Amino acid sequence: MLLDLSLSELAKGLREHRFSSVDLVNECYDQIEKLNGTLNALITIIPKEEALASAQKADKELTPDASPLFGLPYVLKDSYVTKGIKTTAASNVLKDFIPQFDATVYTKLQQSGAILIGKANMDAWGHGASAENSDFGPVKNPWDDTRVSGGSTGGCAVAIATRMCAFAIGEDTGGSIRNPSAWCGTTGLKVTYGRVSRFGCIAYASSFDTVGPMAKLAEDCAIVLQAIAGVDPFDASSSPQPVEIYNDQLKSRKKLRIGIAKETLQEGVDTEIVTAVELAKETFKSMGHEIIELSMPLLDFGVAVYYQIAPSETSSNLARYDGVRFGGGRDLFTDENKRRIMIGTYALSTGYADKFYHNAQKARTLFIKEYEKAFSKCDVLLLPVTPFHAPRLGELINEPLKNALADRFTTTQNPVGIPSLALPAGFSSEGLPIGVQLTGPMFSEHILFQLAQQFQEKTDYHQRKPKGIE
Amino acid sequence: MQTVTADITAHIAHLANLPLTPDQIEKYAPQLNSVLEYTQQASMLSTDGVAETSQVTGLENILREDVVERSRMFTQEEALSNAHRTHNGYFVVPALLQE
Repeated sequence: MLLDLSLSELAKGLREHRFSSVDLVNECYDQIEKLNGTLNALITIIPKEEALASAQKADKELTPDASPLFGLPYVLKDSYVTKGIKTTAASNVLKDFIPQFDATVYTKLQQSGAILIGKANMDAWGHGASAENSDFGPVKNPWDDTRVSGGSTGGCAVAIATRMCAFAIGEDTGGSIRNPSAWCGTTGLKVTYGRVSRFGCIAYASSFDTVGPMAKLAEDCAIVLQAIAGVDPFDASSSPQPVEIYNDQLKSRKKLRIGIAKETLQEGVDTEIVTAVELAKETFKSMGHEIIELSMPLLDFGVAVYYQIAPSETSSNLARYDGVRFGGGRDLFTDENKRRIMIGTYALSTGYADKFYHNAQKARTLFIKEYEKAFSKCDVLLLPVTPFHAPRLGELINEPLKNALADRFTTTQNPVGIPSLALPAGFSSEGLPIGVQLTGPMFSEHILFQLAQQFQEKTDYHQRKPKGIE
Repeated sequence: MQTVTADITAHIAHLANLPLTPDQIEKYAPQLNSVLEYTQQASMLSTDGVAETSQVTGLENILREDVVERSRMFTQEEALSNAHRTHNGYFVVPALLQE
């Protein structure tokens, strides 16, 4: 399939006229027609004629110096507003909402010449780790459709794994890009807070929310991040820090110190996942990188702190949905939405705010120090993405606590703001993908890409596809 | 910790402006309880004298020119385009005051 190729190979192929943007778009729609009915990855599909018209235009207008994303089909998580295109956040509250403006990330991708072909299914408002908590039905895992895709950005990961698109944009508040990337065998980056503008991203927890790339390869994510990163006058929390030239950095083979915290490989983590991390460690070692064993006891408190701050912020963010100016009434929130709004309301309420919310904000300072200490001894941390494999459909939906614990290794990075890249690193005995993540200091995306690229040159986990994707 | 009872659940739902059925209140109370109890682990951390972190950008007072930004203005028609109830070019809102 053409869409097995990396983004740089696709860009090269278009320039050498070996295939056209029309071919790529047709391939996506073939996959969508074949699989979206079963897997439920996309909520809104752009009419095929429209996408093909954009592709024909791209084929005519392609110049050698165009963006590498020019003419490439992509998918946005349905949490990004797109003018004139229905945007739901997978919630019945917004089931007929047609935005009047564009998210900055969408504007930037349109300017790069990439072609939007769909809006992806997710846990409603980002609330979940399985993409089952959607008013548009659960997203199913392409490796075993009796299992969940992971969430909240499940639809994007499935669309990449099944070649419904060349790349996608997700959103990560506590693992929402990394968790489905791990469970679907794709690569995804939670960026440094502020690296990409959040303007037009429907908010879950504003001080944790990040907009990031998802694709087959780390190198692909680097190309997409280049197109979407940077300061935005419409988002005052976006960073003025200059954006690295990621492609140049990819080739660096600097020897690095990779830290492994023993707490991330202890009880409660599936043994096959522990083995995948150990194997990744050996692979990095064989490339000449140094492995540093360390201890980060605070990581065990990640979910507890996350589940005080994120619901507090979401209770405030979702308070604006009153059904007056847009959207439906508050009775339309899902069970999980209502639970998170109420947990946050409780954590912020008089008499409890000190014990819950304010204490958690102090713990956040402790997390920052814990990571600073770790990064004084190593350049990057290697850890699992999830403690267990993709569960069967229905296992997490009525178990709010188990759902929360799926995020055990992905909730501490967001309160700190640091970037973390999830990449495929193995398969379970049942053939389910396993992911590991590389976490680095603020604005170290270029180093994460570098390491992941080296790993993906040595391994083939990222090249394997679910059965039937031919 | 104080157990989240059905009464407390109903009170929180009222504060959050969420209309819940009695069945939902019964269902949510133990679920909220288990999550809140779990999050109480955070109180084991020694946070005495630690400053709170509310954001991680290191930025403050990001200002822009105090001018009208026409690129981000909606027309009246656009502003009203998603409202379920409008009247003479206005949003219709639920009454706050009762007779």
